[in-house]
Amino acid sequence: MSEPSSTEAACRLVRLAETGRPGVTIHHGGRPLSALAGDTLLTALLCNGVTLRRNEFDGGPRAGFCNMGACQDCWVALEDGSRLRACTTEVWDGMRVHAPDDAP
Amino acid sequence: MSGEAPGILIVGAGPAGTRAAETLVAHGMAAILVDEGQRSGGQIYRQPPQGFTRPAEALYGFEARKARSVHAALASLGEALDYRPGTLVWNIEKGIAHTLGPDGVGRIAFDSIVLATGAMDRVIPFPGWTLPGVFTMGGAQVALKAQGCAIGEPVVFMGTGPLLYLVAYQYVHAGARVAAVLDTSRAGAAIPVLPGLLWGGRTFAKGLWYMTWLRAAGIPVRAGITPVAADGERALEAVLYRDRRGRERRIACTGLGIGYSVKSEVQLAELAGCEMAFDPLAQQWLPEADEDGRALKGSIYLAGDGAGVAGADAAELRGRLAALALLADRGIAIDRALQARLRGRLRRIMRFRNALERALPAPFHLARTLPDETVICRCEAITAGDIRQGRALEPAELNRAKAFTRVGMGRCQGRVCGPAAAQILAAARGCDVAEVGRLRGQAPVKPLSIRAGAAAAVEDRARAASI
Repeated sequence: MSEPSSTEAACRLVRLAETGRPGVTIHHGGRPLSALAGDTLLTALLCNGVTLRRNEFDGGPRAGFCNMGACQDCWVALEDGSRLRACTTEVWDGMRVHAPDDAP
Repeated sequence: MSGEAPGILIVGAGPAGTRAAETLVAHGMAAILVDEGQRSGGQIYRQPPQGFTRPAEALYGFEARKARSVHAALASLGEALDYRPGTLVWNIEKGIAHTLGPDGVGRIAFDSIVLATGAMDRVIPFPGWTLPGVFTMGGAQVALKAQGCAIGEPVVFMGTGPLLYLVAYQYVHAGARVAAVLDTSRAGAAIPVLPGLLWGGRTFAKGLWYMTWLRAAGIPVRAGITPVAADGERALEAVLYRDRRGRERRIACTGLGIGYSVKSEVQLAELAGCEMAFDPLAQQWLPEADEDGRALKGSIYLAGDGAGVAGADAAELRGRLAALALLADRGIAIDRALQARLRGRLRRIMRFRNALERALPAPFHLARTLPDETVICRCEAITAGDIRQGRALEPAELNRAKAFTRVGMGRCQGRVCGPAAAQILAAARGCDVAEVGRLRGQAPVKPLSIRAGAAAAVEDRARAASI
């Protein structure tokens, strides 16, 4: 895997509406990220250009797919070791998401 | 009949489950409605989280009135319905539904069950489809409807079916940059089944309206294309396709929505004991049921897209019809004239849906000819070549292929890759897709944490010991 050359190479969701919601802060690998109350964890991470995970088998970067709890391709870990599905979990202020060493 | 009769469980709070619940409550029946979502409406009428402010017109367009009506119907039942949102049913066996909800694992005993489990996108893999930035069409719609986000900038939509033009329209309408709409079907394909399509005049007219609107808005709409690849290093950078003349084209995009209509979610019906039959039009194994949704055996009723895809309007009718069938089976007086009217309206929609499926068939031939190195199972990175190896195993059957290659064994249980894997195996064997069988439904139908699974096992042991 090559190093990211620029932030343009990241997968990003783009906010078009509903931006007046209260802000919350989540942490990804210790790094604070801005999100909005009511964001799913998938939305919050992808709006910040954070790719969710690597596939365990081919090592490829993954950033969700079905966005409705069916494909199971967006499971991430919290720092407390619990695992959750990013597309069906709403963020909370102070949520601490684990960033693996090989994070894409 | 008093409201005391126990034991009716409804799974799914979309349009079908909602109308089933409403009908049962109206006849004085007690029922439990469990739904995986936090808010009712299903996928089609999905409600955004608290604190979102767009009105129904912005979220559901032409369908705003219907969405409001379905949401209001459930809300109006209040205490008369035991409604449990945020609750997954992960197994059904011997009259017990195993659940995972806000309070952990649980069991619900039932003597009748209405399954309104809905549908998900029908996916045909192609090279690069696992790249970040590639979403299902439904997923792209959820991002916009429930989160106010576009899946990239610019976005391309590729596939076929009613969602293709609807989602593209919704994106442009919401201010997203849409670089192109790429349709694998040829526009002219609709003509041979036009008499059937006329039955659903309004729905068909809406589809044409979206397409015309997009063209008028200057969005390139290309029909008769063939997907080639999603291209990018760490994330999607462009989509490659061949136009109808066979020339390869490239469009830069950071978001790509793909889908070929939708397919039924049937795992729970199968676990509950429904007989399954191959539906050649849907190219999918579906639970067998009569016109009202009554399964062939047991007190099982099927409603909505989970019983074969027919759309949201049909789902409301099928929810009502399934509930009426259940009531009639219990000897409760129902309005037969109403039942006849609902059946008539459903038949009209079904004629249209059948014509539409014939006009816009999912191009599964694209799966059969994929290069060997293409990933088919995105859970475990199993390729088309791996699956083709499975043909050497006689008889070449999908569950054998699963055992040897692990296709369909990953976290999604074959929901995403199953249809394409079946097509690839059938093509490699040179047989009809029905002959390779289907991936058998397995519990849990969605992943459980070890903690939840262990808690369920402990509870089971305690129960066994106390008998």
